[in-house]
Amino acid sequence: MQNRLRTALIAVGLAVLPALGQQAPAPAPATGQFPAYRPTRMADGHPDLNGLWQAFVTANWDLQDHEAQPGPHPETMGAYGAGPAGQSIVEGGEIPYQAWALAKKKENFEKRMKVDVSNDKTWHDSGDPELKCYMPGVPRATYMPFPFRIVQGSSQYILMAYEFTSSTRIIRMNWKQESPIPAWMGWSRGRWEGDTLVVDVTGLRQENWLDRAGDFHSDAVHVVERYTPLSPYHLMYEATIEDPNVYTRPWKISFPLYRRMEKNVQLLEFKCVPFTEELLYAPFRKQPAK
Amino acid sequence: MSHRFSSLMGILALAIAVVSLTAIAGQAPTTPAKKAPAVTKAPAPAKAPGAAKASARKWAAPKTPWGDPDLQGVWNDATSTPLQRPSELGGKDTLTDEEAAGFEEQLAFNLTRDRRDGGADADVNRAYNDHWMDARRLKITEDKRTSLIVDPADGRIPPQVPLSPERQKARAERAAANTRFNAGLPERVEDLSLPVRCIIRTDSPPYLPTIYNNDFHIFQSPGYVVIVPEMIHSARVIPLDGRPHLSKGLRQWLGDTRGHFEGNTLVIETTNFRGDDGVTFQGTNPSTFTITERFTRVDPGSINYEFTVADPTTWTKPWTAIVPWNKIDPDEQMYEYACHEDNYDLVHLMSGARTREKKGETK
Repeated sequence: MQNRLRTALIAVGLAVLPALGQQAPAPAPATGQFPAYRPTRMADGHPDLNGLWQAFVTANWDLQDHEAQPGPHPETMGAYGAGPAGQSIVEGGEIPYQAWALAKKKENFEKRMKVDVSNDKTWHDSGDPELKCYMPGVPRATYMPFPFRIVQGSSQYILMAYEFTSSTRIIRMNWKQESPIPAWMGWSRGRWEGDTLVVDVTGLRQENWLDRAGDFHSDAVHVVERYTPLSPYHLMYEATIEDPNVYTRPWKISFPLYRRMEKNVQLLEFKCVPFTEELLYAPFRKQPAK
Repeated sequence: MSHRFSSLMGILALAIAVVSLTAIAGQAPTTPAKKAPAVTKAPAPAKAPGAAKASARKWAAPKTPWGDPDLQGVWNDATSTPLQRPSELGGKDTLTDEEAAGFEEQLAFNLTRDRRDGGADADVNRAYNDHWMDARRLKITEDKRTSLIVDPADGRIPPQVPLSPERQKARAERAAANTRFNAGLPERVEDLSLPVRCIIRTDSPPYLPTIYNNDFHIFQSPGYVVIVPEMIHSARVIPLDGRPHLSKGLRQWLGDTRGHFEGNTLVIETTNFRGDDGVTFQGTNPSTFTITERFTRVDPGSINYEFTVADPTTWTKPWTAIVPWNKIDPDEQMYEYACHEDNYDLVHLMSGARTREKKGETK
């Protein structure tokens, strides 16, 4: 009796086990590997990239390998303003600068906090544009530590709206016209290659920087971005950066973008102009009478 | 880019528009550059706001593939019709075709760089205007209204209620800063207006036409409408899913907007405006100010943009205006409006003031 009951229980248990086994989670994929994914689609059949996205790399401090670093004023700010360590997002690790350009990058870094707007002609000569709250350009906008929203509808345009200084750029799909004039966020023309949104960016301002380490390009830069859905919650971002004035060959960065998942999360305002006015304009303030 | 002049000229142009409208409709027109073309068409009296568009109702408004009314595209809200009806016009809410033609002609004449009367300063100002000005803003609204305000019936912003002592003080301080600015003697950056400081321009609702750069690019995706005003490149992301507003402690320069469709009309409400001095529309109180905006496509080429603002601690009653938005030529694009990045004028204004002080030119 007891044996029979036990056998029956074991039989039930055995019957249940395979079912449980089927529900067990698949093993986590290796880092950097994603299982094949077929994205949800818009009415036109292209992947739906709508959403609030954010990078979680530290490339805005430095595209290349970098150690943790103190902020510029540790004597007053302590650990506030300190920079995190991070691994290079550059394929091969290093940006292939021409010799003069590598020297210029180092000079940029030395003068990254030097601001002088007293002369129109030398206005942009020094200082990280981020420090001055300028629109960050492409690809820097993508890896700023702020989210951005992709707005994809049924028109010939896709909007990318970034939180940092409320900058925006319009991606013109299958567009012929070349960049009419240099712009801080450049001139973006898009096309689909399979499930990848490919954006061709030209017309960037030569004053744009790529990070706080002084990495830079000229106004001849040509950036080709690729946004590929990896899952409902991830896009792979890749950018090839070509600039014969500054680099010895084209180079590439890549990192995933993560969908912001908090309930009711939204793009907020980071209008930083008021935060920079003292830095930029204090020399022109009326001095108290002596 | 000369931002200061652009702002000043915007004000000047508006002032001219008001004067001209009065001149045309209130008395015999002064001599324009050319004679107004003879108008033979009988004037069509507009009984109700937007009535000129009513005949186009048979047209079916397009929908997006996901079923929302389709507002996507680049629109322009330029017009010469002033926000408020000049008091002299009393109850006259529309112009006849002939009056409207004369008004437009005179406005163009007043603003043209080809005039040489008025001295060198006026000459320079006109040349500047002529270069930067959006030619569309010479056109009166299609229904030939004498004001963008349609309620109250006199086309004027309602009278103010008495302001609290704190707000009177804040306004007096703002006025004093404006006086210093206009005298060429700003003492600090905060003496300059938010547009001159490149913080906000026409992107703060309600949207009103200015001298130039009157474009708005509307994007849509399932569950969202996004409006990108040309100045200053910000995106107003409007969720349509009925979610609550941000909590009261999270305020923004451009507020926090929620929307829904009522038939073919996008209805949006905005709250959570920052209260910084001079930021709010017409100096209203951000804790009591409310704004509702309605966007309705009325024909293939236009949107009726209607807004109602209320603030019981500022005005005696709410008021409403309608501004027509026209779809711009598809070949014409909206380009990046960078403002702060090359705001040379701000430095010129400030350093000019310091130079004047050194020279003793402080009167």
